[in-house]
Amino acid sequence: MARSMCWHCQSEVTGEYFCERCVKVQPVSKETDYFTCLGVPRRLTLDPKKLEAKFYELSRTFHPDFYQTKSTAEQTISLSNAAVLNTAYRTLRDPIQRAEYLLALETGSVKDIRTSPPADLFEEILELQDTLEEYRTSDRGSDQGHQLRAALQAEQEGLERRKEEMESQLRQLFADWDKLQDTGEATSPARAERNRILKQMRDLLSHRTYINNIVNDLAATIA
Amino acid sequence: MARIVGIDLGTTNSLVAYMKDGQPRIVPDRNGRTMVPSVVALADNGLIVGNSAKEHLTRNPERTVYSVKRFMGKGLADIQNELTYFPYHLTETGGVIRIRLGQKNYSPPQISAMILKELKLRAETYLGESITKAVITVPAYFNDSQRQATKDAGLIAGLEVLRIINEPTAAALAYGLQKNTQGTIAVYDFGGGTFDISILKLKDGIFEVLATNGDTHLGGDDVDRMLVDLFVSEIQEREAVDISDYPDHLQAVRLEVERAKIRLSDELKTEIAIELPEGRGRFTRALTRDQLESLVMSVIERTLVPCRMALKDAGLNPKDIDEVVLVGGSTRMPLVRQLVEALFGKPPHCHLNPDEVVALGAAVQADILSGGTTDMLLLDVTPLSLGIETMGGVMSSLIRRNTTIPASAKEMFTTYVDGQTGVDIHILQGERELVKDNRSLARFRLKVPPLPAGVPRIEVTFLIDANGILNVTATDMRTSQSQSIEVKPSYGLSDTEVERMIEDSFKFAAEDVGARKLIEARLDAESLIKTIDKSLAEAGHLVAREEADTIRIASSQLSTVKDGTDFRAIRARMAELEQAAKHLNAVMLDDSLKRGLQGKKVSDVS
Repeated sequence: MARSMCWHCQSEVTGEYFCERCVKVQPVSKETDYFTCLGVPRRLTLDPKKLEAKFYELSRTFHPDFYQTKSTAEQTISLSNAAVLNTAYRTLRDPIQRAEYLLALETGSVKDIRTSPPADLFEEILELQDTLEEYRTSDRGSDQGHQLRAALQAEQEGLERRKEEMESQLRQLFADWDKLQDTGEATSPARAERNRILKQMRDLLSHRTYINNIVNDLAATIA
Repeated sequence: MARIVGIDLGTTNSLVAYMKDGQPRIVPDRNGRTMVPSVVALADNGLIVGNSAKEHLTRNPERTVYSVKRFMGKGLADIQNELTYFPYHLTETGGVIRIRLGQKNYSPPQISAMILKELKLRAETYLGESITKAVITVPAYFNDSQRQATKDAGLIAGLEVLRIINEPTAAALAYGLQKNTQGTIAVYDFGGGTFDISILKLKDGIFEVLATNGDTHLGGDDVDRMLVDLFVSEIQEREAVDISDYPDHLQAVRLEVERAKIRLSDELKTEIAIELPEGRGRFTRALTRDQLESLVMSVIERTLVPCRMALKDAGLNPKDIDEVVLVGGSTRMPLVRQLVEALFGKPPHCHLNPDEVVALGAAVQADILSGGTTDMLLLDVTPLSLGIETMGGVMSSLIRRNTTIPASAKEMFTTYVDGQTGVDIHILQGERELVKDNRSLARFRLKVPPLPAGVPRIEVTFLIDANGILNVTATDMRTSQSQSIEVKPSYGLSDTEVERMIEDSFKFAAEDVGARKLIEARLDAESLIKTIDKSLAEAGHLVAREEADTIRIASSQLSTVKDGTDFRAIRARMAELEQAAKHLNAVMLDDSLKRGLQGKKVSDVS
């Protein structure tokens, strides 16, 4: 991953994580993306078992436990490499976070994707917020309380179904993206396809997070 | 590399372990006891630790400190509602609790350091070598301040703390080494003062913690307290005596209920006998296991909440747990085992001694750090979310709880006013929305070059290391210059204070050694003078008068320096006296031999 000079012996680093000449551990470059860091292809469908195996292998390479007898410089590098590795694994392990991260890499927008409600659900969600408020202030033991609770439960189930639909649409987009990457074409239809996938993915991720927050809020209120 | 020992610094008992032939072992004392009671007492001849200090709990309650672990990394406000339970005097200075012993105030890390020193000495005596490096365990749910306080305790005790590791994960290491377990395990660690639950995935020597939760203020102490409260009110009712007015008797009640609780883990019924103050006789009462269990059910049930939270955070159901491991003395209670079995739907494991397994695991981790064990690796998590205060008193989370450590987060800071030269940053730990509901860890001021508002760009890196302790660094992105940050802990000793305590501890240690040498020299001198006096009386006539006078002069010179404070002078005069009396001794020996031979036949001698 590091293709630069060894911090210790100044020779060009050709090894992956260690200088081949003086065998010192090398810092993971700031520019290294998480896919490269974990040594996996930049794809949205990843085998969790392979990812975990890679994470364990690299943890054995970088963890500070194995640098206790080494120099302070090596200990510092091991500490920051291990921190980067942990962040990389945490991000790529979860398919949603993985997609959000890839989106940021591909479209260059680093900040979080803003969450927004799907247009067709806008009215429904406004009503839901009112019902939630009403339930919060109502006597939960009363008939009205029971009715509101039942209504909210039905809403929760509906939204969860919607969330699952979105996730299945996302999985399709992930597959489309991976296929496009595998063909590796740079034609203009390929570029259009790429933009379509990224755009749809961004919208879906944003709506899904929004719905997910509401579902969590609902679940916590009626629990 | 010098040997690294593993230390379990417990609320009630502490242990030290080391690695031998690939297996961890506990260091016993001369009598074969493995546990050092975590008790420090100020006796007439100085501070004492462990078993001998425990005897002072009832004799000298206001000068005997127990359960000091409950105060680590805390301020007085944190323990306000239990202040009345502790017989010793507590105050606060600089956000740190201080415990008054005689004329001096001690911080919890200093008291803990005394326990650590006792363990260090025990290991040094047993292993016959100097011990300077250690791995120390803490409850998994300890926050940054509590971890830092533990590290400070190590430093004050003269130990380089190479790693702070979590107690349940240490236990998992010990178990994993024993059985080569694979799969998902839950470690339920219920000790004297703290409760932890950790869920781990064990695979090919990697111990990956998936989630951890707990309560650093929930343990066997709380069970004892409920029993004490019950008996104090019963005694009040039946005998019209308020035991809580008598600290020594209150401690006796505490120890008696603790013993009764322990007996009820094996028996169904036990007798409790409490001496009443001022010779009013005894209070006796039978206590059944059923009664105990219905009384403390609420305490035990409180442990199940963190268990469910940890399962949820790990994304698992109870049935996904392959094995449940019990750690900590409180898990000996049958009720605990029942509730744990009911939650996870399988009988828990307890084939390793729950009192010893944490120290054994610490020794395994020590061996990993020294390069002895290379096939095992522990990947632990941070138990609490870390964040900073933002506008409106809201906490903005930077590193979420249950993130694998080491973990880091970067945050960019700038200014709102032209020429602003500093940005105040308040670091917090906790799961709540508002700053006031979370734990304040530290504050620091970021130095910013005076520039128009919004121009400076200072990147701050928050790094939680493998000890679970926070490190903060800052870089000016415009100049790439890093700046040092002086973090002021909210509930901890400052670096200078720790340094002073280390110095004090060495100074006292040196003074202690000096004092001991002086006492020994005086005793030796006294016995030498006596012996010489006796020799002169018995055999003075056998040597020349001048010689006898020389001996008498040397003896009186030794008598004079003996009462001084210089043990070296005493030893020197002793050497002179021994030299002067050398001939006398030889003559005496000769004479006694001769006399021994008198009246015996030649055949008897040969």
